[in-house]
This record gives sequence, C-alpha cells and structure tokens, in this order.
Amino acid sequence: MSKIRGSEKEAIAGYLFLLPNLLGFMVFTLIPVALSLLLSFVDWDMLSAPKFVGFQNFINLLGFHYEAGRIIANDPLFWKCVGNTLFLMMIIPIEVMASLALALIMNQKVKLINLFRAIYFLPTITNGVAICLLWTWLYNSEFGLLNVILLKIGSILSIPIHRVEWLTSTAWAKPSLMLMGLWIMLGGYNMILFMAALQGVPRELYEAAEMDGAGSWHKFWNVTWPMISPTTFFVFVMAIIGGFQGGFMQAYIMTGGGPDRSTTTLEYLIYNHLYSWQHVGYAASIAWFVFIVVFVITVLNWKFGGKLVQYSHY
Amino acid sequence: MRQDKDEIVNIASIKVHRILKKSAIYAILVIGGVTMIIPFIWMLSTSLKPYSSIFMFNIKDIQWFSTPLYWKNYINVWKVVPFARFYLNSIFVVVAVTAGQVTTSALAAYAFARLKFPGRDKIFFAYLATMMIPGSVTMIPVFALMRAFGWIDTYKALIIPAIFSAYGTFLLRQFFMTIPRDLEDAAKIDGCSLWGIFWRVIMPLSSTAIATLTIFVSLGNWVSFMWPLLVTNSIEKRTLPVGLAYFQELYQYAQPDWGLLMAGSLVTMVPVIIVFLFNQRFFVEGIKLTGMKG
Repeated sequence: MSKIRGSEKEAIAGYLFLLPNLLGFMVFTLIPVALSLLLSFVDWDMLSAPKFVGFQNFINLLGFHYEAGRIIANDPLFWKCVGNTLFLMMIIPIEVMASLALALIMNQKVKLINLFRAIYFLPTITNGVAICLLWTWLYNSEFGLLNVILLKIGSILSIPIHRVEWLTSTAWAKPSLMLMGLWIMLGGYNMILFMAALQGVPRELYEAAEMDGAGSWHKFWNVTWPMISPTTFFVFVMAIIGGFQGGFMQAYIMTGGGPDRSTTTLEYLIYNHLYSWQHVGYAASIAWFVFIVVFVITVLNWKFGGKLVQYSHY
Repeated sequence: MRQDKDEIVNIASIKVHRILKKSAIYAILVIGGVTMIIPFIWMLSTSLKPYSSIFMFNIKDIQWFSTPLYWKNYINVWKVVPFARFYLNSIFVVVAVTAGQVTTSALAAYAFARLKFPGRDKIFFAYLATMMIPGSVTMIPVFALMRAFGWIDTYKALIIPAIFSAYGTFLLRQFFMTIPRDLEDAAKIDGCSLWGIFWRVIMPLSSTAIATLTIFVSLGNWVSFMWPLLVTNSIEKRTLPVGLAYFQELYQYAQPDWGLLMAGSLVTMVPVIIVFLFNQRFFVEGIKLTGMKG
C-alpha cells in the first residue's frame, strides 16, 4: 500500500470541505444562470412543453415596428418600466450625498451617538413589508398623517392646499416612493460605510491643512472628499446596481404597480411576467436585459471609474 | 496692548464659533432624528387605537396617544390571521438557513483560503463572477426547478436554495486570509489534522466574522419577501413578511383596520430591534467589513 502524499491528502480534504457549498452553488446558481439564458430563447408557460423561439423574446422586448407611419415599440410596457426604474433611481445621488452629510455630522464627536445611530438605522433593520404598510398609511389621501398635517399648514398660512394623492396619482406616486426611499436609506448601510471611511482619514492630513490655514470647507474638498472617494464610488455603484433591481416590494404592497403602471419597475415587471402571466421565457429575457445593463455599468466603472478615485497611499 | 486685545477677541470668537457649530450639529441631528422616528411613533400610536378612532379628518383629530390605550389590537392580531404560525415559520426558516449557510460558507471559505487543490482559483473566480448577477436571473429557473421537484409550498423551497451563498463564502474567505499562518503551523507540528485546524484554530479566531455573517444572514432572511412569496401558496407555509402582505390583502375593498395592521407590523419588528440593540457593534463592524474589501 503506497502512502498518500501530503499534497494529495490536502487536495482531497480541500474538495471535501468545498463539496457541500459547491453542490449547492452548482444547483442553485451556476446551472440556473445557464438555464435562464436558455429560457430567454424559449416560449414557456410552465404547463405545456417549452418552445424554442430564437431571438423572438428579445425582438419583442427591444424591437420597434412601423404602425400608421410611426415608429412604435414592440413592447411599450417594457420601455415604460425602464423609464420608471430610471426615474426612481434619480433619488440615488441625493440619498448618497445625504448619507455622507449625516456621516460628517455624526463624526463630530457627538454625544449619544449610539442612540442617534440606532434611530437613523431603524428603517434598515425593519422588514420592508412593515415599512411599506406604514408609508401606505402615512400617504393615505383621506386619513393619512401627511395630508392632515399639510391641510393644517395650509389653514395656518391661509393658502389653499388640497389633499395630495400621494400614491394614487401618476404625478405623485413616483416622488412619494422616492421620498420614502430617502427616509429608508439616509442612515443605513451607506452612512455607516461613510463613517468608517471618515474615521480612516489620517489626522495628519487635517493638521497639515490647518497649518496651511485651510478652513472647514477647504479641508472637506481637499482632504476628506479625495480620501473617501473610493467609498463614495463603491456606495454609488452599488446603489445604481441595486436601483435597476429595485421597486418590487413597493409596487407589490403599496401601489400594485400603478396608477396606470407608473410605479411598475423592471423587477415588478419580471415578477408579473413570471408569476401572474406565466411568460417564463419573456421574464428571463428581461432579467438578462437587466443583467447586461448591470454588467456593462460594472465593467465601465471598473475601467474608467478608477481614474476618478484617489486611492490612499496609507 | 492692542495686540493682546485682538487675541482675546479672536479666542472668544473661536469659542463662540465652536459653540455655534456644536449647537447646529445637535439641532440637525435632533430634527433629523425626530423626522426619522415620527413615522414609527405614528405606527405605535395607530396600533393602540380602535378602528373607530384611527380615521381623522383634520388636525384636531390627531391624537398621538388615546386614553385609554387600546391594547386589544395586540391580542386580535394573533386571531385574525395565523400570526403565530407565520412567526414560527419565520423562526424555523431563519434558523435553518442561517445554520446551513454559515456552516457551508465557513467550510468552503477554509478550502479557498488555506488548502491547495487543482482548480481552486478557477472555482473561486466562478463564485466571484456570479456575485454580480441580478437575483432575478437565477430566481426564474430556480422557481421552475422548485416546481419540477414538487417543492412548491414546502419548507424545502424556503430553506434549501437560500442556504448556498457565494457572498457568505467570499466574506469568510477574505477574513480567513487575514489570520496569521503561524498558529496553524504550530498546530500542524503538534499533529493536528486539517479538520482540527479548521475547528480549533480558524473558527475560534473568526468569531467576529462568524457572528457578523450570522447576523446578516438571519436579518436578510427574516425580511426576505419575494422568494417566499413565489414558492408558498397556503397560509400555513407563509413567513412573516408574506403573511403581513396577505393580512393587508384581506382588506382589498375596504379601508383597512390600520390599527391591527400596524400592530402586526410592530410585532414583526420587535425581535430584530432587540437583536440590533444588543449587537450594534457587530452590525457596524460587519458593514465595514463588507464595504472595505474593495
């Protein structure tokens, strides 16, 4: 009997340690990625046999055609959802900057910091359904707290303020969801990342800047901003990637995607095609569209974003 | 003389400036904090009112806390919908997923971080590459798989696909890489097996990372919504978030009993708030860990 070499023993051990995770990874991630690509070329309602349709899903999704002398999208709903998703993402720069501002304030040796941080962090640890229900109630146009307060303000200032149809008008539904998003995101993960980044800026840099007579504003732009730029960049990119996949719960709980589909995001559209309408292949092709967009953004950021970011030499 | 006076004025103005700055900071924090907390207070306030007094028509009707407080919502909520069942389902699923994910992630992370075997780096790269794939890409075929396996509306569908996570593996692998090798070498010389090194050296040294992952995985699953919604049909298999959504759907055509709904929402929040208050450090450290890896 030959002795097993140490390195072989280590290799066998390596595979054994990895095995449980790898099996799951194959069955629930790697193979599904391949399957979903296949599905995007298939017409399937999960009941009858899947039918191969080539690029037809993508043509329906992304294509245009002539109708009565005008160019019309094959799937106007899809483009509407792209628009909705992008519109809702416009809050991201404000969210990121607000989180940074809050982190700057929290970093000023504040007393009761744990209490403040806990309060601002509360929406992050609350389950999203509860938050959506709470805001549906706050936004209730007849009896909601927001409208009651608004009407009161109107009567004090004696200006006519009407009830705002927060979630039930196409004009307000998206801004309402964005406002709620800001409230959720403000003191969440991003703020804590910013606080960590701010604590990581070496004190000497500030001292040197002070010796040169720099004021707070100067110190922020010339020391803080460049030093925390990797974090800002990371937070921003992650928020954009998340934004393309967002809006499902709000649509499901609060608006049903309406009114007039004005709050249906790509993620909610995917759910509708998959679950409500049994267009499994079509759902997969939308998911792959989102994937490709996210992939391109990630690659572009990776290639060009690095130049905008000041990496620390410390 | 003049110079002295100037200096005194200067110091005084710096002091005034500092006090102003401090007060401004606290003012912003308090105003912001109040804005953050008011919705939650309104939630609590609504949950303590009977159906007849939650509807207000103008500002005079705003009653933050009615007397006597209406505690009945907190009793009724368990009767109107099977909330206790949702609770047990959630606890069971969260415990199973967390235990499974932390275990398989730690084992795999150790293999990636410390053991040499053919194909290791390629497999690790595959793990990394899949981390940026949107969840819906894999969710669609996994949902179809669940139907094919006959797992729809079973705990298996709620638990098993959620156990395997490239992210958890990556997080722990990054942490294991930072552990100095000397300790393992010493253990090896003492005749410790690879399993012994993993169990008696690596795991104890990684308690912070393990705790962090445990907290994040359990929180993530506690609030998980879309997947449980997809794979459960019967009321008995719903987890808390899906159950809460179902609760709201009961009022499709009428103004809901917001007192009851808010009581239900608050009941789902309590365990997480308690965990958070006792583990704030892990949350903060964990977030830093996940954001810093670059």
